[in-house]
Amino acid sequence: MTMARRLRTKDLSAGYDSRVILKDISLEVPAGRITAIVGGNASGKSTLLRTLARILKPKGGSVLLDDNVIHDMPSNAVARIMGLLPQSPIAPEGITVADLVGRGRHPHHGLFSRWNAADDRAVTDALTATGIAGLAERDLDTLSGGQRQRAWIAMALAQQTDLLLLDEPTTFLDVAHQIDVLDLLVDMNLSRRTTVVMVLHDLNLAVRYADHLIAVAQGGIHCQGTPADVLTEATVKTVFGLDCRIVTDPVSGTSTMVPIGRHKSGSVGQEAQSRK
Amino acid sequence: MTLIIDTQAAAPASHARNRGTRRAVIVLNMLGLCLVGLIALTLSCGQGCLPPAHVLAALTGADAGGADFVVNDLRLPRALMSLVVGLCFGLGGAAFQVMLRNPLASPDIIGISAGAGAAAVFAIVVLSLEGWAVSAVAVSAGLGIATLIWGLSSGRGAAGARLILVGIGVSAMLNSVTSYLLLDAPAWDRAEAMRWLTGSMNGAQLVQVWPVVAALAVFGGLLAVSARDLDLLRLGDDAARALGVRSDATRFRVTLAAVGLVAFATSAAGPVAFVAFLSGPIAARLTRGGRFILPAAGLIGAILVLAGDYAGQFMLPARLPVGVVTGAIGAPFLLLLIVKANRNGGTL
Repeated sequence: MTMARRLRTKDLSAGYDSRVILKDISLEVPAGRITAIVGGNASGKSTLLRTLARILKPKGGSVLLDDNVIHDMPSNAVARIMGLLPQSPIAPEGITVADLVGRGRHPHHGLFSRWNAADDRAVTDALTATGIAGLAERDLDTLSGGQRQRAWIAMALAQQTDLLLLDEPTTFLDVAHQIDVLDLLVDMNLSRRTTVVMVLHDLNLAVRYADHLIAVAQGGIHCQGTPADVLTEATVKTVFGLDCRIVTDPVSGTSTMVPIGRHKSGSVGQEAQSRK
Repeated sequence: MTLIIDTQAAAPASHARNRGTRRAVIVLNMLGLCLVGLIALTLSCGQGCLPPAHVLAALTGADAGGADFVVNDLRLPRALMSLVVGLCFGLGGAAFQVMLRNPLASPDIIGISAGAGAAAVFAIVVLSLEGWAVSAVAVSAGLGIATLIWGLSSGRGAAGARLILVGIGVSAMLNSVTSYLLLDAPAWDRAEAMRWLTGSMNGAQLVQVWPVVAALAVFGGLLAVSARDLDLLRLGDDAARALGVRSDATRFRVTLAAVGLVAFATSAAGPVAFVAFLSGPIAARLTRGGRFILPAAGLIGAILVLAGDYAGQFMLPARLPVGVVTGAIGAPFLLLLIVKANRNGGTL
């Protein structure tokens, strides 16, 4: 069971080198819930996540974790509270699944401490939770894309943090594996009350799986709130520059977005085109 | 019954981990044995072979019946120098390769060794320095070259082809500096010049060994305390930082340690060709990329130098300096790695 942590930003500006991408962002991540950050390409959603995760230094303002400025906290202390699965982590050649997942225990060790029973338990739990206990001795390069993503998530789980940040955890996965990974995150959220923050490309999956949505556009937060509040035709138009219809998803009962393009969109599409 | 199921459920993590560690321990022990065997061989056999009892007697200071000079003055300094220089090159080379995630990013390819070598020659020929002063100049030059290469391949601590190409360019330039300085030093014979061009153990003396031993203790120690963080950098900067690693500080410490190791070794024995470059990939293959690459690479470096020097002295038609032998092994390996790196991007 995890502790409820308060992660928020105050007048945060973020970017790379001299380029400021996001300005004056104030947000609070709801504790114990699943938050999805959505937005168009190059909108700054990954920048926001990486700044929250203490990877990028803010250009202005601050990220606060339990009221402490996160960039003033020791890196090891942060890593015991908050984990991050980056967008494209590198798999060292020849590393086994158990070895990779074991790397997640790093923040719980000092310079001279040794691997112990608690580490073993954490790794085993992580492997079991992600359903890859049977693959523990396999080389990571011999796994399928979906299995490999589970292994990376297991590494973040073995870190045993109250907060877990994920940068597009479903990219490069086919649709079945995308659902699989998202279900897994919900399992964790329900069983451990882990606070999850993730950047998601697929707006409809974000709406279905998240409790809280943050839509990033034009260098700031366009809107945030429950998926039902955020997902409107107007929001999609501003955030993605896309015409759409919002309908009810017959499976989940949540809203879902149906895009309108120039082709293959019936009479609505022709209407949209003539308006341009 | 439940008990059996329980242990099975708990098994995978610790079991898989132990298996990896066991393999590494076996590999390290084998390499250690190999090294001890080579040292015994070089101490007892040269132009002629001495009985082990005489060698032991000489080493312990007992009456060895004439073996004393051969063992203690000729063979022992040479064996010790080969051992520590090899350890330094192996550790320093693998540290660079792991840190930059590229086997081609070894200090002897990207110009660190060439810089330390050129500076050492400059210090000896032009400044007429000796001993520790030469090492100090070599280390400063090594750090300077590392900074220069980092700067020229512009920031972000990126590995990439750019850094390696810049390094190769810098290396070629520095090698020509060394050649020029050697031309300007007519008092030197060809054998002595060879030390600074390819590395040699000729005329090794115990007094020259101690600075390298000290460097091994200081910089090797620095590398050892950074090893865990360095290992996590292999997962990429973001993943490492998310696990609490201070990536820039780690890179700085590892660079300092690796340059120190390589520069001290170079100032004592010259840039022994390709030892730093060969050790890491061989270690990675043997330990299957585990957490024990660095110690394995150190042992392999020492084995390469000892074996190369022995072969160069006694097993080939002409007496060759160690660098010629290791260079002859290293060059084809370099080609192989370049071909392979083009195919799969090549990490370590």
